Amino acid sequence: MLAYVIRRLLVAVPTILLLIVASFFLMHFAPGGPFTSERPLPPQVLANIEARYGLDQPLWKQLWDYLYNIVVHFDFGPSFKFKDRDVNDIIAQGFPISLTYGMLSFIVATLVGVGLGIAAAIRHNSWIDYFAVGLGIAAQALPNFIMGPILILTFTLWLGWLPGGGWNGGQWQYLIMPVIALATSYMGSIARITRSSMLEVLNSNFIRTARAKGLPTRTVIWRHALKPTLLPVVSYLGPVFVYVLTGSVFVDIYFSTGGLGQAYVGSALSRDYAVLLGVTILYGVLTVLVNLLTDLAYAWFDPKIRY
Amino acid sequence: MNTILRNSVAGLLCSTFITGAALAAGTHPVTGEPLADDQTFVYRVLDEHSSVDPQVVEDVSGAEIVRDLFEGLMNQDENGNLVPGVATGYTTNETKDVYTFTLRDNAKWSNGDPVTAHDFVYAWKRAVDPALSSPYAWFMELMSIENAAEIIAGEKPVDDLGVKAIDDHTLEVKLSAPLPYFPQMTTHSTTFPAPRKVIEQFGDEWTKPGNIVSNGAYVLTEHLPNERSVRERNPMYWDNENTIIDKVVALVINDENVALTRYLAGELDRTEVPAGQFPRLKKEYPNEAISFPRLCNYYYTFNLSDSGPEAFKDPNVRQALSLAVDRKIITENILAGGQPEAYTFVPEATAGFTPPVVEMASMTQAERDELAKELLAEAGYGPDNPLTFSMVYNTSEAHKKVAVALSQMWKQKLGAQVELANMEWKIFLEERGNQNFELARGAWCGDYNEASTFLDLLQSDSGYNDGKYSNPKVDELLAQAKTSDDPAPLYTEVERIIAQETPVIPIYHYAGVYMLDSDVGNWPVNNVEQNWYSKNLYKIAE
Amino acid sequence: MLGKSQKAARLAETITDHTAIQGRSLWQDARMRFVRNKAAMASVFILGLIVLFTIIGPYFAVWNNEEIDWNVMGDVAGMGMPSIETGHYFGVDDLGRDLYSRVIQATTTSLLVGLIGAATALIVGTCYGIAAGYIGGRVDGVMMRFVDILLAIPATLVIILLLVVAGRSFFMLFIALGAVGWLTMARIVRGQTLTLKNREFIEAARAAGVSEFTIMYRHILPNLLGVVIVYASLLVPEMILTESFISFLGLGISEPYTSLGRLIAEGAGTMGYGTLWQLMYPLAFYVTIIITMFFIGDGLRDALDPKDR
Repeated sequence: MLAYVIRRLLVAVPTILLLIVASFFLMHFAPGGPFTSERPLPPQVLANIEARYGLDQPLWKQLWDYLYNIVVHFDFGPSFKFKDRDVNDIIAQGFPISLTYGMLSFIVATLVGVGLGIAAAIRHNSWIDYFAVGLGIAAQALPNFIMGPILILTFTLWLGWLPGGGWNGGQWQYLIMPVIALATSYMGSIARITRSSMLEVLNSNFIRTARAKGLPTRTVIWRHALKPTLLPVVSYLGPVFVYVLTGSVFVDIYFSTGGLGQAYVGSALSRDYAVLLGVTILYGVLTVLVNLLTDLAYAWFDPKIRY
Repeated sequence: MNTILRNSVAGLLCSTFITGAALAAGTHPVTGEPLADDQTFVYRVLDEHSSVDPQVVEDVSGAEIVRDLFEGLMNQDENGNLVPGVATGYTTNETKDVYTFTLRDNAKWSNGDPVTAHDFVYAWKRAVDPALSSPYAWFMELMSIENAAEIIAGEKPVDDLGVKAIDDHTLEVKLSAPLPYFPQMTTHSTTFPAPRKVIEQFGDEWTKPGNIVSNGAYVLTEHLPNERSVRERNPMYWDNENTIIDKVVALVINDENVALTRYLAGELDRTEVPAGQFPRLKKEYPNEAISFPRLCNYYYTFNLSDSGPEAFKDPNVRQALSLAVDRKIITENILAGGQPEAYTFVPEATAGFTPPVVEMASMTQAERDELAKELLAEAGYGPDNPLTFSMVYNTSEAHKKVAVALSQMWKQKLGAQVELANMEWKIFLEERGNQNFELARGAWCGDYNEASTFLDLLQSDSGYNDGKYSNPKVDELLAQAKTSDDPAPLYTEVERIIAQETPVIPIYHYAGVYMLDSDVGNWPVNNVEQNWYSKNLYKIAE
Repeated sequence: MLGKSQKAARLAETITDHTAIQGRSLWQDARMRFVRNKAAMASVFILGLIVLFTIIGPYFAVWNNEEIDWNVMGDVAGMGMPSIETGHYFGVDDLGRDLYSRVIQATTTSLLVGLIGAATALIVGTCYGIAAGYIGGRVDGVMMRFVDILLAIPATLVIILLLVVAGRSFFMLFIALGAVGWLTMARIVRGQTLTLKNREFIEAARAAGVSEFTIMYRHILPNLLGVVIVYASLLVPEMILTESFISFLGLGISEPYTSLGRLIAEGAGTMGYGTLWQLMYPLAFYVTIIITMFFIGDGLRDALDPKDR
């Protein structure tokens, strides 16, 4: 197993490298550059700016310098849009924020989602099943861009209980609405997948056999059914985990949290090359790590899986 | 006015303390209104600012912060008139190509150092220095400062810039051409002084709170990107005792509807009103919903280059499309924020601009529609040969509404078949800049309060002329205006030609449409450039 | 001893299962079971009604989807509410356009987007996931690292480039949606395949000399379908919402055409301004579609479950 993990970590290096190269070229081929603006800069001014950021170099040279600076100085370059800051700054500032509300949302969504899903499957076609199904649908029916305004209208304008946005170092009043908004959008799906996976497992032969042997239901579920049930849930949770950790652009926009989600989408729209690449790399590293964890989880859930 | 004694650091600190306390419980020294205890002004900005470095900043919300943190030679008052800033005044020679500014001797940086002419020389050289590569370097070129263009092009060393500190309090500027409105341009953030010592000490990090040293009424104390930035009273500021607002908070809220909700919840003192909501808000909050003209226009530009459609080469077609636009519907029903209808390219609010008598403006819409149909028929388009074209705009709720309304007007009145396309901002700019469009949205805000800032867009070789309109007569008139003592008639003449040839369809001129808490005093509604200074505001006790 | 007999019993069961499937065609069987599922059939019926509505609804419309009601546009909150008299059965949007016609057009678009997008993701993701999981080893490694890379590449860039390379079209919208949708599906399918391929019945099939392709198609796929279909039904709303972002970038549909995602977003923005119908009507259609997807997905899952009979 250890050998497998080491091998996967070694493979991660070329994977990330490929990701950088692919994103780098995609980025440069996208129309418009970081300094395309409504008031086109005079050619000479533009030339000075491009020279300063090395954008006048051939692409391969830019890529090489970029990689060199990362490896040697751990420097991900300057932001082209927010000129007072560089990429390291932006990630250091935004990532902890996204991580905080993302992690909380993930925990809430997973606990509630999996709990509901299992309860619904065990008591198939009972009121708890209908409740879980109803809640799952409701959570899905209210995408972020409805949840955001509704929460702010309700808790800030009408009730006056919570501040309408901001972060303030992550005090709880500022966390509640982002976490609710983000968690609900995944909770429904998690409950849904858990429920159907559990139903499937409960119907499978080995559970029937276990039941036939007269094992108590509780034992059957916790000892035998849970692990295979969670397998597809974990597959789904992997990418979700990465999404929520790097923040949600909707949460950042509606609640002015200052997280990385907005920096990511914003940098793509403003062609802030270095920021976009920096966040993409962070994203890639997390994806690779989380997917490795999921694969390890598979092996734990089903010892027959070998890599 | 101020005695030397008062200017000593201790004196200033002390007086701040006293006046601060006195003012908080007191009344406004001029108007006599009771002042609120908490002198904090909180406003919404759409986007995170680009920078607070005066030579680097390039966006409006950044410039607003920079105007509070730094002070240039001259300031603007509530009406946009020039008032002394760090300079108490200036003199110029007869040919208007040498300006000499006298600096006040009590101006100080927030670390207590005096503000001298050398700080301006340093800053101005910094602005043109290719090593800094300021995106606003061109502004120094526009100011016609001697050798600015050559330095930017790397042909001359930075030290050749035509600016000199005669002594600590005298700044002399040499221009490459006479420029009557040069002093007005020193209210622009690019010309603000920069603290050399601090910049050399901290490098790129100098604008971070804690490092930053500024000479304006405020210092930056907190910056949480994409969330908020906070600036607080600078006790070293020379006019600190007349500054009433203690703290200014800019909150970044991307969504205008959320911003309005938060305003209504009392979290903000100022926010923009979303398109169409002004009448309702005005009814519900008559003292808070305000609207005033701005120095910006909104138009659609025809692609007149070779890549443009053949139909638009015919002035009659262009005229017909312009005539068929019911501007009243757009300004009153869609935007509904008191925006003036536009029949000229230059906003009427522009200083020293007399709009020509545009025939179209005095017609009724029914007459315009009639004429439009005639013109279009003359050009050979009609029910059996409908005019077909596409129009592009950048993705935004408000632009979409205007574009949809325009397309419907043209469709219903002229039978034109219009295809709408929205594009993400950068793609839009790229396509428009490369004449990859037929009809495209455009908007322009004046860099300074003068008609040429708009009309230059229609000059043949202007980098901003995306429609590639070219008329030698217009070019000639604009060239004349540059050096003329009285350019107003020339601008009027240019507008007359534009009205005839219709290279663009002016739709409306912007208005500042805000919800402004009624306890905010002295908001400069008459400053069309909206160059506002927090130090001139105050909060009235409720 | 006990373990062995258990294994044998399970094996026996699978083998009998197998013959049963062969005897009564999996699909026929599934259809019968699906038809017996009341909730699923009701959902199919409602979805049918929605489709029917999008077809015959326009014949009852007084206004088309792009016409602006100039009388109403200045005072939408006051005059634009749903009314039979004005002919705006669902009220008007912020510009004074008839919401009834717009909702019909949007529903058509979003249904197509949701179903085709989810179907693309389903087909591509399933094939890819089964292949990776079943072949395993180095091939699996490479295929999954490729998915990792695609998951991390900024989708915004990909969409922008698609727009530049291929231009705006309805077809490209599906490509873009499919391109972003299949990745998670592939991961889920691969995960399931990994555990399935070690099951006894697969081993038995292999021992019996069944070809690899047949194993994937006959034995792995049916056992995956439950999870896959449930996830696909989750993808439908996701696709409907993703469309609005893609259209924001300029790829996909443009005015005067619209989609449920965009109508909902517009309605959500103005929900505090007394024009709640702008949110409620499109949302009602959207929610109905989600609910029907839920039950149809569930019904299909039950029907296609090879063990459940």
